Amino acid sequence: MIEDKFGKIRALLELALDYSSADQTEASLMGERSALTRFANSSIHQNMVFENAVVRIRAVFGKKVASGTTNRIDEDGVRTLVDDVISMARLQDENPDFVSLPKPARPLPDVEGFYAATAESTPEQRAEAVRSVVEEADRVGGTAAGALSVRTYERAVKNTMGVDSCYMGTSAHLATVVTGPDGGFGYAHATSGNIADIDASALGAEASYRAYESRNPVGLKPGEYECILMPYAVADMLGALAWMGFSGKAYHEGRSFLCGKLGEKIVNEAVSIWDDGADKRTIVSPFDSEGIGKERVDLIRNGVANALLYDSYTAYKEGKEPTGHAPGGFSGNLIMAPGDADVEQMIANTKRGVLVTRFHYTNIAHLMTASFTGMTRDGTFLIEDGRIISPVKNLRFTQSIPEALQGTEMIGRDLKLDVSVLAPAIKMKKFRFSSATEF
Amino acid sequence: MEYSGDARQFCDRVLERARECGASYADVRILRRDNEEVLLRTGKVEHLDRNSTYGFGVRVIVDGAWGFASSPDVSMETGARIAEEAVKVARASSIVKRKNIRLADVDVHEGKFTMKYDVDPFDVPLEDKIGLLKDADTVLRQNEGVKLTDCSMEFWKFREVFASSEGAYIEQEKVESGAGIMATAIRDGDVQRRSAPITSGGDYAAAGYEFVESLKLVEQAEQTAKEAVELLSAPACPSGDFTLILEGSMLALQIHESCGHPIELDRVFGMESSFAGTSFLTTDKLCSFRYGSELVNITADATLPGGLGSFFFDDEGVQAQRVDIVKEGIFSGYLTSRETAAELGWRSGGAMRADNWDRIPIIRMTNINLLPGDYSFDELIADTPDGIYAADVKSWSIDDKRLNFQFGTEVAWEIKDGSLGKMYKNPIYSGMTPEFWGSCDGICDEDDWRLWGVPNCGKGEPMQVAHVGHGTAPARFRKVRMEGAK
Repeated sequence: MIEDKFGKIRALLELALDYSSADQTEASLMGERSALTRFANSSIHQNMVFENAVVRIRAVFGKKVASGTTNRIDEDGVRTLVDDVISMARLQDENPDFVSLPKPARPLPDVEGFYAATAESTPEQRAEAVRSVVEEADRVGGTAAGALSVRTYERAVKNTMGVDSCYMGTSAHLATVVTGPDGGFGYAHATSGNIADIDASALGAEASYRAYESRNPVGLKPGEYECILMPYAVADMLGALAWMGFSGKAYHEGRSFLCGKLGEKIVNEAVSIWDDGADKRTIVSPFDSEGIGKERVDLIRNGVANALLYDSYTAYKEGKEPTGHAPGGFSGNLIMAPGDADVEQMIANTKRGVLVTRFHYTNIAHLMTASFTGMTRDGTFLIEDGRIISPVKNLRFTQSIPEALQGTEMIGRDLKLDVSVLAPAIKMKKFRFSSATEF
Repeated sequence: MEYSGDARQFCDRVLERARECGASYADVRILRRDNEEVLLRTGKVEHLDRNSTYGFGVRVIVDGAWGFASSPDVSMETGARIAEEAVKVARASSIVKRKNIRLADVDVHEGKFTMKYDVDPFDVPLEDKIGLLKDADTVLRQNEGVKLTDCSMEFWKFREVFASSEGAYIEQEKVESGAGIMATAIRDGDVQRRSAPITSGGDYAAAGYEFVESLKLVEQAEQTAKEAVELLSAPACPSGDFTLILEGSMLALQIHESCGHPIELDRVFGMESSFAGTSFLTTDKLCSFRYGSELVNITADATLPGGLGSFFFDDEGVQAQRVDIVKEGIFSGYLTSRETAAELGWRSGGAMRADNWDRIPIIRMTNINLLPGDYSFDELIADTPDGIYAADVKSWSIDDKRLNFQFGTEVAWEIKDGSLGKMYKNPIYSGMTPEFWGSCDGICDEDDWRLWGVPNCGKGEPMQVAHVGHGTAPARFRKVRMEGAK
């Protein structure tokens, strides 16, 4: 079935390339069939299925480039789009930094990420999973909110330089916040290509337990504390770090915190971070939006800033090979190396510190120091003398990420997948909490 | 449009099929959305993109629960199939429900409505658009300290049909246009930027190309570049509690985050609690809670001409309205949908919008506006012996009930003895929402009041990006916590 579908997609993209009069042409297709079941107050309140497919054309005359998309994916629709994009490209100024559409850079990773259980899941199955979460929340006198999403998608890219990439995959994600009695909140999520791997009851139980344990939070004076970040929070932090620094484009433009630091030790030597679209523990992604096979890129190796992510535009401009991270050096499969600790050991080794389940609304505070700000959420706890002594009201942090990682003392052995980041728990020597809120 | 002549027939068929399958309520939306983006980056056209999408979505209530399905194939056969699928999804929703959905009553409307504009931006030659951006870029880069520039414009055209099982049939058309410039100066590991007229791609309006020309990007470029370069040598913003005057576009973000989101009644009822969060403005506070000082009057107004959050009818067929949100400092109203309004025994305030045909409508901001006061800008500065004037958005974060916020601005200036003084870089201010608005003791008048267009408000799952507006004039706040990084 998949090969038949790929055949039709390739034929459509081939039609676009044949029809185009541009010097170079790229045709790509992004299709999806998705469903999302959202729940709140222990009821399903939004429930949807949607499908769409979009063809994108990029046309090049010399160094003039233009692009466009349409979701009218019959032959006439594609020809109309090609005509439109070509007329735009002809009117363009030359971009002297543009070298070429990409040539194939490496063989595509041999990965399989399609799971029939996900693709064929029904609204009733998703409702039953939600019911499992709600039942766990009921046990602690709480209410559950969250979302269960499933997605089946096709990606295909062909260009006149020889790129010819096709892939079909699936993903499933369940996240829940349980509001417990007396001001407690708890969170849990799971992401997998295979919905059968997601244990809704276990996630409901995890969030419900944390909601119960975080009831009646007390105020904590802001300041610097030892800090344990659970994997949910670490994933958020690593995503912010990637946003502020791992893009080759940002680096060469001088607006990455890594500028001038490649080859230097920037964080604790226990920290290694890489991007690998072929890692089966993530939602695998064999190629980028230009159809270029994803290379494993060791971004930070044993604490040393090592390498960057490139699309073809910046790579060719800088005399490098694209790493398969279009557009713009985008990280889609970020992984942090695990350690050998568990969270209980981290707590036992904390004199006075804060355990953070999750962050909320993180944003850049200062780009060149890779500082970010945000709030804690859904389970924040004070630790004293090796044990959790109380839930605390949520805190705002403003913290340089490299400084925090420099103080890494313990790293969890278990990794947890957020949508695109695979992260462990981390215990850090200090983390700066700058203010507090009322709940 | 593809459905021309057949749209009503298509909608009738979809609604009929939904009812046949057991829907007690159904609506269908057909949308064609065209978009064009032009980005000139440091003198080169880096992004030139035209995007078009077309399709329909069907929303139904079955057994007291919601279902939604959509397709890009606007045909009779697919319309009936998608109606059946929406019903199936709704029946699954009813497996996990605590109560039945109730909708507030609505007046049923029929008609065709087109928002006025002078020049269709999709008819303006590409050379003219690129030429305008190049002219602005040239001026920006005449300043040698500027290392990167971003000059961009973007346009949308929305053509939408809404029909409901209650008899509504509404066609709407709207054009939106906007543009902006940004200069980035880099030296010795420091990166500073200035934008005009507002950051994140510029200012936008429900208007044609005439709005882009009115922004005077070329005329603003020299000062924008100069300030970006000056920031490299500026001292860091001092830390401490200060009297703070916020420039209008920064105040637009302040309103957006600390007022616009917490008045969304779906958030208040916990419907977004797992993702974006809830709200401190719970229903027990309605008409009694002091949100701000007596000077603070805030409205949600979807009827403002040119507003990015303006429309004729929302995506439930409810007519656009002006709603009082804060009256003389007292919290007074919400952004509502038919479902949430029914919970309070109200009629909907008309705030339901979806960002595409394959998304369900959710409560979105319209134009959330701080009404003008009576200071001129010069008077407000002159009336401030000691303080800080901060301008243009750089960073933002707020807690999940919209209380504790921290915002960074692109630039600030000292206010000394009633005059603007030296420039500061990396300003950050923070606070708690009611205390902050409670400290407001001066708002500029109508001459300084401007309706800003914000085309990037994110909410919901899957994420939907709404186009909203905020009317503001510069305003003054007391004892605001500030800091600045070196």
